[in-house]
Formats: sequence, structure tokens, C-alpha cells
Amino acid sequence: MRVKTQMEYFAGIDIGAAATKAIIIDDKQELLGHAVIDSGADFKAAAEEALAGARKSAALKTSDSVTIVSTGYGRRNVTRAYETKTEISCHARGSFHFFPHAHTLVDIGGQDSKIIKVDDAGKRTGFKMNRKCAAGTGAFLEEIAYRLRLKLDKLNELAGEATNDISIGSYCTVFTATEILARIREGARVADIVKGIFNSVIKRVIEMDPLDGPVVMTGGVVAHNPFLVTMFEKRIGRNIAVPPNPQLAGAFGAALYALESKGGINA
Amino acid sequence: MSEEKKVAIKKIQATGQMRKIMADYFYELDAAARDGSQKVAWCTSVGPAELLLSLGFKVYYPENHGAMLGATRLSNDYIPVANAIGYSPDICSYLTSDIGAFIKKETPLSKAYEGIEGVPKPDVLVFNTNQCRDVQDWLSWYSRELNVPLMGISTFRNIGEITDDVLEGIVHQIKALIPPLEKISGNKFDIDKFRESMALSRSCTELWKKVLETNAASPAPMSFFDATIHMGPAVVLRGSETAVQYYELLLAELEQRVKEGVGAVEGEKYRLYWEGMPIWGKLRDLSEFFIGLKTAVIASTYCNSWIFAAFDPADPFLSMARAYTEIFIVRDERFKEKYIEEMIRKFKLDGILFHDSKTCPNNSNNRYGMPERLEKRLNIPTLTINGDLNDLRCYSEEQAKTNIEAFIEQLEAK
Ligand code: SF4
Repeated sequence: MRVKTQMEYFAGIDIGAAATKAIIIDDKQELLGHAVIDSGADFKAAAEEALAGARKSAALKTSDSVTIVSTGYGRRNVTRAYETKTEISCHARGSFHFFPHAHTLVDIGGQDSKIIKVDDAGKRTGFKMNRKCAAGTGAFLEEIAYRLRLKLDKLNELAGEATNDISIGSYCTVFTATEILARIREGARVADIVKGIFNSVIKRVIEMDPLDGPVVMTGGVVAHNPFLVTMFEKRIGRNIAVPPNPQLAGAFGAALYALESKGGINA
Repeated sequence: MSEEKKVAIKKIQATGQMRKIMADYFYELDAAARDGSQKVAWCTSVGPAELLLSLGFKVYYPENHGAMLGATRLSNDYIPVANAIGYSPDICSYLTSDIGAFIKKETPLSKAYEGIEGVPKPDVLVFNTNQCRDVQDWLSWYSRELNVPLMGISTFRNIGEITDDVLEGIVHQIKALIPPLEKISGNKFDIDKFRESMALSRSCTELWKKVLETNAASPAPMSFFDATIHMGPAVVLRGSETAVQYYELLLAELEQRVKEGVGAVEGEKYRLYWEGMPIWGKLRDLSEFFIGLKTAVIASTYCNSWIFAAFDPADPFLSMARAYTEIFIVRDERFKEKYIEEMIRKFKLDGILFHDSKTCPNNSNNRYGMPERLEKRLNIPTLTINGDLNDLRCYSEEQAKTNIEAFIEQLEAK
């Protein structure tokens, strides 16, 4: 661990519907520490806890000051934030940091999915969010995992073991559950069903917007289910880039905004 | 973007006068329906109102009532009642709110205007399908329920050029309404009276257009959200001297604002077009939200829909047919795109918001690729938000606001 003198640090807190992510960077954009916790029902407490966790993991002293930018659904609950930014801006900012060229970002989060386009200067040229429904989001996977009595962290592995393609056609999470019951009655294997629901998420996302140019993926669903990215690549016939810690992309972008608000990189 | 701040909507002074003339209008309607001194016609919002006025009817507009149900956020008490009798949650939520309220024997009119107990009972129901089929289905329900005659005009929809054939057909339909309407009203049709109500409507429309065009100034003096309220008289009092006087008053106030450089949004930074229906239950909330974002929503298809430039008292039948056919909602995509393009130029707009209104496909112009085409052709950013005119079950506050905020951040970074 490096010994730090009193310095300025920058935090991004991304309070998503499912998870709260906090990260700390220094004035050279270097990631020093992070924390991910469940958002629960108290966004304010979650933000505080995640920030404390990130500070600890970055080995900050209590006297070290941190400029915070908050983002995500709970962004306004962070009273100590210097500024708030939408997760759409923050994800684009975070993604462009790792892939500084025009690209299409696909973020699959707990409660929503987004497709965001950035140009060569890192400016956003447009975005689409899923309609207000669980289709194509982490919430869909959670619900189906619960119905199948599967642990969420088993989905990735199971999908990888699938040998058959099962098509899940419905938009609706509840109808999907019924469809799955029908497949089970027909004797389908659980692994094949899980792959089928991964495919359903991919289909819902692809329906949102054309994926122009290089594609980057971020978000919690991607972080926990790398096999979904592999399937996505196959589906679109192109490689997909994923930043390190894809779940932290929004928080990272927020931290970069915090740094910018204080004058930018200290070279 | 900083914390959402509490912001104040700048009050339009003419509002007091508008409240008064709207109250007078509803009291007169109520009295007519009760004492039978004048017959009451229910008419769709872009229906042949001037003809009805000329025949001595008091004219009531169910859509105005629908908007009231939305704005008072009572709709969601009533929509399920209509759903339960077979009117789908996917069809016009004005229709379902209004019919639901009627079944429950409730109306916001009785809360707003002491002494009014219900909507004015109709003697005749008159529609024009220029805007949608729902209006016909809506009035049909009342026709069956109250045993009141139903009649109307069927207009072609999705048309580009308006040909003489189309207009002739509509003129024919308007004329065919006269004999039964004469019978119901007990009055003989008088072309001079018809010309007179057309002339008054024409003056009202011209003034309303001027009111909306004050927003070409920067900063714009009136927001879209204000305009949807101040549009009331242009809808329900067109064809009357009262409406004309009201818009003279409002216009003077807005012109004064322009002269003094007073905008509806303090520190106006961005100017947007609103395409689609208002979200009635969220008018104030969205108005404040945009003020907080220093964004002026200042032009819209919706408010422009009560500009009937074609009205010509010298040729009342043909010009009425034209006026009610050439409106935006009747036209094809090419016309609509050109229209919006012209608005963008005239009002110097930075972006377009499309409201995809769940229960009104007729006013949801995002559904056939228009935002994408406009973005490409005009290099203007667009955003589609999901919601509904009245059914707040279809609106996610958080999603809508995050989308709008992200859109403004995109404009900021431009
Ligand atoms: S145009 Fe839309 S909102 Fe108006 S009556 Fe028809 S369906 Fe309802």
C-alpha cells in the first residue's frame, strides 16, 4: 500500500436499483479502491456504506478529502455529492475512458438496459433506454432464477453447459415463467433453459437500437455473466470489448466527472 | 447536473380571466342542459363546432372533460371502471377516464364549479373521425347509454395532399348533418349565422397562432405546459367573441414579456419541441422540472392543432372541410416531418421530445421511425419518453426524468 500525503481524491457513487457501486480515483485517473453493495431500501445509507468501503479499500485517511459525483437512480440521495449526473452520461464517460474512440455501449443493469452512442471525441450522440419493464434487464434474470430455484451466481456456469437452443419468445417476465414451465414439462434441461433466458435478454437489447461500430458492454449482468457476452458476440458476429470491472463503469465515469470538476488530470 | 431545486412557475396574469370565462362557459352549459333553454351538442375537439353554434347549440367537448380528469389525476380512479365493462386499457384513456367517471356519476366539474352536479346532458352527439376512431366509439357509448342521436363526419386519415375529391366528400357530409340538427335544435339553418361563427373562430385561431408564435423570441415567454392550459378557450369557446377577447388579452401580456425579455424559464439555455399528447397529471411537475434544467419546452404539435388557418366565412362549407382535414393528425408522415422541420427552424429549437403516449397511437408519432429519420436528416437530437395522456399507470416518473436529464446533459456536452 502506498503512503499518501494529504491529497485530493475523487469518488464516483453509482446508486443503481440493485447494487450501489463506489470507487475512488486519484488525480491521475488511477483506480485506488472500490466497493459494491446491495442498494436495499435506503439509498442514502447504501451510498454512505459503499463510499466508506471504497475509502477503506483505497486506504484513505479520514482527513483525506474526496469530491463526489453521484449517479444512478439514487443519485439525488447523496447529499454530500458535489454534483449529480445521470447514469447515461457516466456510463458513456467511463466507457470512453477505456475505449477512446467512437463506439456503441450496451449497458445491462439491474433494472434497465441502455444503448449509448459516443463519437470519436467522447461526446454522446444518442441513447436509448429499455421501456419500463424488466425484459432485457438483470431483474428479468433474477426473477427467472428465483422461479427455477437457482442461485444467481450459478447462471453463467449453467448457460455455458447448455447443449440445446431453447427459444423464449415472450416479452413479459411472467409469461416467460409460464413458457419455461412448458419447456420443463417437455423435459428440457435447466442449463438449456438458462441459455434460453440469456438469449432472451440479448434479443430484447438488440431490438432497442442498431449497434453501430465497435461495441462495448458494461453493467452488473455482464460482470457476473461473461458467457452472455460470448453469446452476444456470436449473435452480432463481432467482438465485444468489456472494460475491467464492467459493473463499475458508471461509478468510474462519475469519478472522472468529479476529477474534471476540480480542473481535470494533474499531469 | 446539480440537485433538483424547487422552482416557481411564472404566473401568467391572464389566467384569472381565463378561469372566469371557463367558469361562465360551464355554468351556461349546465343551465342550458337543465332548463332546456338551449339544446346541448357534444362535439369532438376538432369536430364541426361552428356549424353547431350557428344552429343555436351550446357545445360541450368530452375531450376537454377528459383532459380535466387527467389534470386532476382522477383518471386512474375511473379508467379501471371502463376497463371492467370491456373498454381496453390500451385504447384512448380520455375515453376510458370519461366513461368511467360517468358510470360512477362523478365529475371534476362539480368540484371546480359549485352547483354543477354532472356533465351537461346531451341532445345530440357529433364526431369527426379526423383525429381517430376512438372519438366515434366514445360518443357511441353515450348514444346507447342515454339514447341520444349520434352523427358525424368520417374523414380519410394519413393523407398527404388534400384533393378536391376528399374535400367534396366532407362538404357533402357536413351538409348532410344540417337537416337532423335543425330538427333537434328546432332552429333553421342560417348561412349568415354560420359565416359569423366561422369568422369568430377564424379570429380566435389567428390570435391563438400569434400567441404561440411569441415563443419564437428568446427567451420564450410561455412554456408548452402553460400553453396547454391557455389553449382551453381555443378549444371550447372558439366561435365566440369571448375567446377572441381573451386571446387579445393573453397576446398583449406575452408581447409585453417579449419586450421586457422575460422568459417562462429563467436563464433559458435550451429550447425543445414537444411532439405528442401532454401528460396531464404531470403538467406542473414537468413544468418545474424543465425550469430546473433551464430548458424551455416552447413549441408543440398539440397546441398548434387548434390553428385552423383555412376558415373562410366567404366559403364556410369548403373552408371548414379543409380546416378540419389539413390538421397535422390527419396527415401522412411526409407532411408531418416537413411540418416539424419548419417548427424547428421557426422556433430555433435544440431538440425534439417525443411522447409515446400508450393509449393514443394517433398522437404518438415516434412509432414509425420518425425520430430516427429527423435525427439523420436534420441533425437534431431527439428523445422518446414513455407515458400516457391520462393513464399514469403507463408513466414511470424516474425513467422519464432520468431520460430527460440525460438528454439535456447530452445537449450541454455538444
Ligand atoms: S386523438 Fe388520441 S387522445 Fe384524442 S381522442 Fe383520439 S385516441 Fe383519444
